[in-house]
Amino acid sequence: MKGAFSKSLAVGLLITAAACSKNEEELPPPPPPQQPTETPAPPPTPAPSSSVSNTVVPGSIEDFKRQAGSDRVFFAYDSSSLDAEGRDTLDRQAAWLQQYSNVSITVEGHADERGTREYNLALGERRANAAATYLQQQGVPAGRITTVSYGKERPAVEGSSESAYAQNRRAVTVLSGAAAS
Amino acid sequence: MMFDRLAGRLAALTCLLIALPAAAQNLSVDINQGVSRPLPIAVPEFATQNSVSTAAGTTAQLGAQVAEVISNDLESSGLFNPIDPLAFTTDVTFPDVTAPRYASWRTVNAQALVTGFVNANANGEITVGCYLYDVFSETTLVRQGFSTDASAWRRAAHKCADAVYSRLTGETGYFDSRVVYVSETGPATSRIKRLAIMDQDGANHRFLTNGQNLVLTPRFAPNQQTVAYLSYAQNRPRIYIYDIASGSQRLIGDFPNMSFAPRFSPDGSTLVFSQARAGNTDIYKMNVNGGNVVRLTSGPGIDTAPSYSPDGRRIVFESDRGGTQQLYVMNADGSGQQRISFGEGARYGTPVWSPRGDLIAFTKIGGGKFRIGVMRPDGSGERLLTDAWQDEGPTWSPNGRVIMFFRSRRGGGADLHSVDLTGINERRIPTPLEGSDPAWSPLRP
Repeated sequence: MKGAFSKSLAVGLLITAAACSKNEEELPPPPPPQQPTETPAPPPTPAPSSSVSNTVVPGSIEDFKRQAGSDRVFFAYDSSSLDAEGRDTLDRQAAWLQQYSNVSITVEGHADERGTREYNLALGERRANAAATYLQQQGVPAGRITTVSYGKERPAVEGSSESAYAQNRRAVTVLSGAAAS
Repeated sequence: MMFDRLAGRLAALTCLLIALPAAAQNLSVDINQGVSRPLPIAVPEFATQNSVSTAAGTTAQLGAQVAEVISNDLESSGLFNPIDPLAFTTDVTFPDVTAPRYASWRTVNAQALVTGFVNANANGEITVGCYLYDVFSETTLVRQGFSTDASAWRRAAHKCADAVYSRLTGETGYFDSRVVYVSETGPATSRIKRLAIMDQDGANHRFLTNGQNLVLTPRFAPNQQTVAYLSYAQNRPRIYIYDIASGSQRLIGDFPNMSFAPRFSPDGSTLVFSQARAGNTDIYKMNVNGGNVVRLTSGPGIDTAPSYSPDGRRIVFESDRGGTQQLYVMNADGSGQQRISFGEGARYGTPVWSPRGDLIAFTKIGGGKFRIGVMRPDGSGERLLTDAWQDEGPTWSPNGRVIMFFRSRRGGGADLHSVDLTGINERRIPTPLEGSDPAWSPLRP
């Protein structure tokens, strides 16, 4: 249902944009709400998406992901250096973790499949440690953080493409003791 | 244990056999050449003096099966070409075993002939007689016998194949050996991995762990009774030792962070392994009970995948201390660390010292591929043996002539393969599911 809602919204925006570029002076009346024919009737379930955000339990895993933007940061090939985007994500993760001091975390380090087994275990450990160290520097007590490396054993995405590799070179912050959502 | 009995009986039986005359020099196999024409050899069904039932079938049935196992072993080496039994012009009766009809074997162009028998003993055991003849010079090259529980008849067959291989190549054999590996199934994102063990030809396959915990990199102890491996039990990657006979597993060492990449010293007393501390991985050793931990490398690089030389005096390992993953050799106390791999634009990992001591096998990463290769311990003489998308994790046959490894497929999945040192004879090793991380045992006693 959420997908259908987004789609009709996107169609509406596209039409507006197209109309604007065609003729900026003669703005047509706003288009009527679009209801693409393939969209099924709204189901009886609740939840327009605007009200979903209100139902996220503060202190829950879902809340963490929303507030931090992501539970994971990504790395370049054979690198454990955090980029600006990763540091921003970890800044927000650290802020959230300081707010919910009862939550402890395990930072899981992962590698893509383009390294040998043992090397990737060590590389995943480096990545987990890079993220964990940064979180500590942002004020998350070391005692709340553990790290574990999965090397290339637990890819997030199947496949042998560059895009799959990019998603698999990651450090994921996994919460324990978070509020139930 | 049945194995001990086999060994004991083997010794006893060997004593009964008549010493052979110095072998004819004209029949031999050169193992160092790429064999374009493997030696034609006939392995007819083994005879029986009096076919009786055993726990594993009649001795006549076992005679046929033993010959098949021997034939498959010899063929798999790439050095022998067993002749199709349908071409044979004669059966081998019990008296023929020790008095072969050479003329009829010459008509099918057999250069070597393996005959034998399977007889039942009064105590429930069988005796397998094993004979090798040079068909053209009409000389006897091997005359041996093996007694064992009937259920272990495959081991007697492998022992016979090893005797034939050894006599004709001048090398020790490798057929009576086992492989422990990681059996794999399921999607890459939630792969189930189990320790499994089998004979080197894939027979007698058995799972050792149930797949509940992720397991990696099993390595045989020199006495073959135990296997060191990495387990994610309790989501903490640490080194365990598995006892094959009892099925028990115990944690080795108690470290705050990941400990991994274990390998035994040649005398079995020591484990060399990697340990991560604060994101930095170094190589350590400890005794097999987890005590007496000694750090062997230090510094900010990843140092891992250590492997002892067969004399126990040196250790080869991989390190990215120079910027990329490369091979290094050091003394067993950590002194004298020296880089040995220098391939341009390439990285090297998973080094394993040959049981002969003469070569180090490795995975070479370059050009978008992983390939299996060998080099001498000083880094000279590098040769690549395979060329596929991703071949990784070599392990040596007990005689240092064949390398088993795993081959991953683009998009997921992996299987076990072997290749000999010529790089010509490459084969897939059959496993019930997919497989990785093979470790070849020493020759069984």
